[in-house]
Amino acid sequence: MVMEPILEVRDLHTSFLTSNGEVQAVRGVSFDVEKGKTLGIVGESGSGKSVTSLSILQLLGVTGKVTAGSIRLGGEELTTKSRKEMRAIRGERIAMIFQDPMTSLNPLIPLGDQVGEMLWEHHRKMSKEERREKVLELFRMVRIPEPEKRMKSYPHEFSGGMRQRVMIAMALACRPDLLIADEPTTALDVSIQDQILKLMRSLQKEMGMSIMFITHDLGVVAELCDRVAVMYGGLIMEEADIIDIFQRPMHPYTLGLMASIPDMNQDKGKLLQPIPGSPPDMIHPPKGCPFAPRCPYAMRICTEEMPPCVATGETRRSMCWLLDPEAPAEGNPLKQRKEGIA
Amino acid sequence: MTRFLVKRIGMMIVTLFLIALLTFVLMHAVPGGPFTSDKQVSKAVMDALNEKYKLNDPLWKQFLDYMRGLVRFDLGPSFKYQGKTVNDFISNGLPYSAKLGAITLVFVLCASIPMGIISALRNGKWQDMLVMALATVGVTIPSFVIATGLIYFFSFKLGWTPVYGVDKWQGYILPVIAMGGYSVSFLARLMRSSLLDVMGQDYIRTARAKGISETRVILKHALRNALIPVITVLGPTVANLLTGSFVIEKIFAIPGMGGYFVNSVTQRDYTTIMGMTVFYAAFLIAMVFIVDLFYCLIDPRIKYD
Repeated sequence: MVMEPILEVRDLHTSFLTSNGEVQAVRGVSFDVEKGKTLGIVGESGSGKSVTSLSILQLLGVTGKVTAGSIRLGGEELTTKSRKEMRAIRGERIAMIFQDPMTSLNPLIPLGDQVGEMLWEHHRKMSKEERREKVLELFRMVRIPEPEKRMKSYPHEFSGGMRQRVMIAMALACRPDLLIADEPTTALDVSIQDQILKLMRSLQKEMGMSIMFITHDLGVVAELCDRVAVMYGGLIMEEADIIDIFQRPMHPYTLGLMASIPDMNQDKGKLLQPIPGSPPDMIHPPKGCPFAPRCPYAMRICTEEMPPCVATGETRRSMCWLLDPEAPAEGNPLKQRKEGIA
Repeated sequence: MTRFLVKRIGMMIVTLFLIALLTFVLMHAVPGGPFTSDKQVSKAVMDALNEKYKLNDPLWKQFLDYMRGLVRFDLGPSFKYQGKTVNDFISNGLPYSAKLGAITLVFVLCASIPMGIISALRNGKWQDMLVMALATVGVTIPSFVIATGLIYFFSFKLGWTPVYGVDKWQGYILPVIAMGGYSVSFLARLMRSSLLDVMGQDYIRTARAKGISETRVILKHALRNALIPVITVLGPTVANLLTGSFVIEKIFAIPGMGGYFVNSVTQRDYTTIMGMTVFYAAFLIAMVFIVDLFYCLIDPRIKYD
């Protein structure tokens, strides 16, 4: 079965102009989000994952700019759209929820009105009464207790989890084709995180929308996503189906990420393995693989030349010199694994 | 709410009492008195004067007598001007000061808030630079220098406005600009930084992600939030402007309250010093109180109970 992608991103480049120079936050990223599916974008802070999502909606602010590439929504090119055309897409066809529900809602406007504004913008013909009914329905949909009363509440009267529910209600008000969720559970307690993820999953089933889920938490990815793209230094290092990536990571960075997740069954004496070092300076990005300085398997070529992106299976690809036919097999985690399993 | 009001008004009265007490003590701590002068007055006359105005009473008794008058809004007779009371001074001076102040206040609000908004929205562009340059001039140059400059150009060189007096409406133009200059600059700066701060907030990004127009983002989501710090400083600013500026009133020969206040201090006119200070303090406290009530309306996070 061939899946039809709702969102196709090709060779996306995004930069920010700062007083120190051009920060090349995203340096040629390509991926698809398929209809009704969830793509997880994983990476540490500064890997370019949030910038990728803001580029899609053109919410980069005055200093940010998409410098090259193409973003197509249902076959329609977004990068050439005017501001006004883009506004019709935001909220209506692509909606977004953000990391911090404590600061993402306007403190001076009742929550019902903030959700209602989404409907007001995209469905001007809707009467005030209809809109109220619809907001009420949305509040019920995201399981906010006493919605009639809660509609009139202000953000400070809600807990973090409840506010994130309001954000979800707002995002889903116009039944968008694509929901971009930028670390929506990072600022929440673990128990609340789980509730929000379950809610998102059930709403996705109900409405059939696609989700682009940005996170640094591989555990969350395992729970929610169909496919994963691992980002580092403004590039997608590896992209694969969820099962494949957990069974057989094909990039040293993915390996590193997996080794740094705590495991319930693991020997208590065994320490978690953090990835040493810090992400590259994106004003002067390295000409080779951005992960090379932190990679335990780095070879000479890694710092000198950008690795090619190679298919490592029918539905997966990875960007690493270790996968090159000429790379030594000895001490090579990717080749050993490949041969071990094959 | 009722509990808040009772508590708050109680605190206002205590504050006012302390201000009155402090002024009274300081005033009497300075050597000399209202009847000390260059001309030698005979001891008998001096004693009679002191007796008449009860200056021979112990200080605590004088203070109690004063407070007794104050609670009946009687600020007492002037020690210097026969037959005049401090209430007369205030009722003569206040209308002039308040009218000038009210016009200045309107000017300040109409100028500073749009200036701050334009400056923030055109951050780093020439509009911003121009507004900020003007604001720096307004904050740094004293009002009497601005007033003198304005008179030189507009009254003396161009002849567009009267040099002094407020008999004609044109007479208000220069004093309003000179008096409001500082507040305009200060509030424009505050408005600018506050709006810039708000525009960088997450909820503005949320609003933009909804697809609403930038105009609506600013009007509906940013401005109300950005006005909160401006309203905070508005209380003292309003009190300041409405009670007048001695310097400006002097330069433009406007018979407001400021003249009476300064004269009373140089002449050691005890009751007038007390009366003016207490009146000004009461006005300031009331304005701050009103601003606090306004907060409630604009910011739902603030609840008084």
